[in-house]
Amino acid sequence: MEMGFPILSIITLTPFAAGVLLLLFPAERKREIRITALAAASLTLILSVVAYVSYDMEKAGYQFVEKFTWVDTLGISYYVGVDGISLPMVLLTGMVMFTGVLISWGIDDRPREFFAFLFILATGVFGVFVALDLFHLFFFYEIAVFPMYLLIAIWGWKETREYAAMKLTLYLFIGSVLALVGMLAMYFISGLGTFDMIALENADFSFAFQKFWFPFVFFGFAVLAGIFPFHNWSPDGHVAAPTAVSMFHAGVLMKLGAFAALRVGVMLLPEGARFWLPLIIFLALINVIYGAFVAMMQRDFKYVIGFSSVSHMGLVILGVATLNPQGITGAGLQMFSHGAMTALFFACVGIVYDRAHTRDIPSLGGMASKLPFVTVAFIIGGLVSMGMPGFSGFIAELPILIGLWNAGSVTSEYFIAPYYTWIVIIAVVAIVITASYILRAVHRVFFGEMPVEFEGHISQSTWRDKIAIVMLAVVLVALGVFPGLMAPLISTGAENVMAVLGGM
Amino acid sequence: MSIANFHPNDLLAILPELALVVLAGVIMTMDIVLAENRKRLLGLTTAVGSFVIIAAAVIFSQPNGELIWGGMISNDMVAFIFRLVFIFAGGITALLSVDVKGVAHKGDYYAIILGAVVGMCFMALAADIIMLYLAVETTGIAGYVLAGYVHRSSRSAEAGLKYFLFGAATSAVMLYGLSLVYGFTGETNLTAIASVLASGKVGISVILASAILILVGVGFKIAIVPFHFWAPDVYEGAPTPVTGFISTAAKTAGFAVLIRVFITGLTASEYWLPILVALAALTMTIGNLLALAQKNIKRLLAYSSIAHAGYALVAFVALSELGVAATVFYLMVYVITNLAAFGVVILVSRSGAGEEIAGYAGMSRRSPYLALAMLVAFLSLAGMPPLAGFFGKFYVFAAAMKAGLVWLALVGVLNAIIGLYYYLVVLKVVYVSPPQEGALAIEVPRAYSFALVILSVGIVLLGTAASPWFEWALSAAQGIF
Repeated sequence: MEMGFPILSIITLTPFAAGVLLLLFPAERKREIRITALAAASLTLILSVVAYVSYDMEKAGYQFVEKFTWVDTLGISYYVGVDGISLPMVLLTGMVMFTGVLISWGIDDRPREFFAFLFILATGVFGVFVALDLFHLFFFYEIAVFPMYLLIAIWGWKETREYAAMKLTLYLFIGSVLALVGMLAMYFISGLGTFDMIALENADFSFAFQKFWFPFVFFGFAVLAGIFPFHNWSPDGHVAAPTAVSMFHAGVLMKLGAFAALRVGVMLLPEGARFWLPLIIFLALINVIYGAFVAMMQRDFKYVIGFSSVSHMGLVILGVATLNPQGITGAGLQMFSHGAMTALFFACVGIVYDRAHTRDIPSLGGMASKLPFVTVAFIIGGLVSMGMPGFSGFIAELPILIGLWNAGSVTSEYFIAPYYTWIVIIAVVAIVITASYILRAVHRVFFGEMPVEFEGHISQSTWRDKIAIVMLAVVLVALGVFPGLMAPLISTGAENVMAVLGGM
Repeated sequence: MSIANFHPNDLLAILPELALVVLAGVIMTMDIVLAENRKRLLGLTTAVGSFVIIAAAVIFSQPNGELIWGGMISNDMVAFIFRLVFIFAGGITALLSVDVKGVAHKGDYYAIILGAVVGMCFMALAADIIMLYLAVETTGIAGYVLAGYVHRSSRSAEAGLKYFLFGAATSAVMLYGLSLVYGFTGETNLTAIASVLASGKVGISVILASAILILVGVGFKIAIVPFHFWAPDVYEGAPTPVTGFISTAAKTAGFAVLIRVFITGLTASEYWLPILVALAALTMTIGNLLALAQKNIKRLLAYSSIAHAGYALVAFVALSELGVAATVFYLMVYVITNLAAFGVVILVSRSGAGEEIAGYAGMSRRSPYLALAMLVAFLSLAGMPPLAGFFGKFYVFAAAMKAGLVWLALVGVLNAIIGLYYYLVVLKVVYVSPPQEGALAIEVPRAYSFALVILSVGIVLLGTAASPWFEWALSAAQGIF
């Protein structure tokens, strides 16, 4: 086990340390607070990029591993490492954190607390993605969830913030405590006396055990991925949250749910996963279709994006549920692609809302003349979302669909096997619906006549906003044009998963 | 373990208690000698003295696991940890009292706190039911006086009287239970009682009856359902520092007795265990559900403290080393956290904002650091990492799962959600609601900021570097099984 430069620990703990440091600033030094926040976010982003490029793909497996005993008697350790699936998530979190700080520059009500809570949340997110210990994962998972309440309730949209924040928190905590019980059951039944996930992968849980506990763990975490019918908190939460928090929330946090469901649910209880597979696929398919249809019906610009996340996260879960390398690679790519895309969407929506003070699609229009950058960025996001070739959405969704197609021939013992073709067809139809609501939003918000009341009120986007949206848009295009930047890495991660799942 | 003859070292073993009595004498003397404008020193001396005693105890009074003083006292690790917790709670309570009108400048107030701490220490030390009962009464009487200390306030007087009536009645029932135990076993020493019970000479009905009767007394102390009715009224009416003290130290002392009587003494657990399991589930659920409706912060914390007794009981009914260790650790966490919460409540009440939760509106704008302390305390109570409450709950649920009490663990985690809800509602008022017109920053005297910083750091420490503290609790648990 190599113990070089502790890059993952530094990435994880820098935001927390910066958050604590910020709390020590005098509240009125807002400029210094923002600059410190940006510095911390930049450092974290740079380190994430360094980790990303220095990962050795030849060797694959878990790298940058660090392990320290935490609670000896219970076999709990501080144990971190990244593989091909979690490393892109670390990079994504670094990006969203950096762009989130830039987008939140204008927050004037208690920016000190805002950035401190946002950074504590970021530490939680990083901690989950790099966790190799079950307790470690859960510890940081909870850290990632509770600041959300404060961030939404304090800085959110006045109309719904208290309701949405509470709803979100309760949904996520019910999920997480049920997962906790499942995790404790695994710990005690395995008899290994350790929370080390790599050790638990070989615990040989009985089929009956896996069948019983899999739903606790999988659905407990999948609540955060927005799986139907536990998705209800998510659009409300997205809409009520301030821009940077929506970006974090849809961009990163929902991936946290999918990631934990995969890492803990599927990888530690593979037999259970196979048993519950038909239900998961069914629910995820509802996500895809239902999310897309509801998004189409929305008048509120932000709800459109909120429900599109529900739809796209369904694709991630479908990819996971294929339990084959193509599908899981696709899920990993989709997590990254959707994360950057939806962060971009929310950034654009936030910029428009800050200027127009409304998100009602029919009353908007003509923003392209004043906000050309935002318009282009939104269109790029839209093309990603529709799965256009040349954009990251295509290279993510295609493997998922291929994986689904193949899954039918492999899992032939299941009654749903003959229907996989239909599942693929339905999922493709959902992508067409996506095109309809994205194009409608582009058309109504950015083109056409600008309503008279906005004339003269719509200011240019700031250079900070531009840096943020350009960065996200460039990543989406680059990944679409050069899938080699990420796809091979993720497929090493998928092989890692497959090795655990065994003879599928 | 043998009943050793007197040895000079036995004095060293109870050094903390002796020092507490001396400290109480010093305080009483200072009360007479000091000029009125310097009486603030009384509380500070009590606090500093308590912390010095903790240091002395750690250096000179390390436990050796033996029965001393004619078998009256068990000088073991469980007692040691509990005693340090009580002395710590007493010291912090004194520190949090130094600027509270009605109690701040009274020497006898601090002396009674110290007396209560001595009583609690002996509750934890007791290895004999006579010692145990004497200690329970010492603590109880001190508690009744403290609750009713501000006798000119009708609320405080009512709290004192209510506490006394409930306390006297339940302790009489407990005494009857203890007398049954003595009558049928012929022993007063808990270890000896256990060996008589193990021989099978005592009937089931007697064990069950005495267990239930003793449980009435203990249940009152730890405020579990259905012996919890006094708690909200007494907590609301008593002077706030006293509420903090009763809700933390007195409750913890009750758990010390629970461990002594039910694990060392009435070992025939199959008779009383189902009752305690059911009470644990009921206590968590009822405490949390009733807390939902509260508008007064002290009543809210009263019901929350009932729920917390339920969590600690969940670990206890696992009846394992892990379970007792989890109980002890949970109580350490709970004492630190709840004292921090009450520290904030005291400061807000002092500022004239009252005790209604609505009075906390906009606190984060008026006093951001005080709001932060409240955030830390309340999120720790809710069990959020990286705060102490998270590890506390984690160990509790782990102990329950290990004992195969899956359903109880599920009831527990769902209760944690209810708890989270009402803690967040308070934090919402603190952080989201706009401040009332003309509300100023809340004055925080230095003694209070010192106490709150210590407690907050402790909460974070137990929530991250939890391991040494838990190992400590585990070594205590290993000593009694």
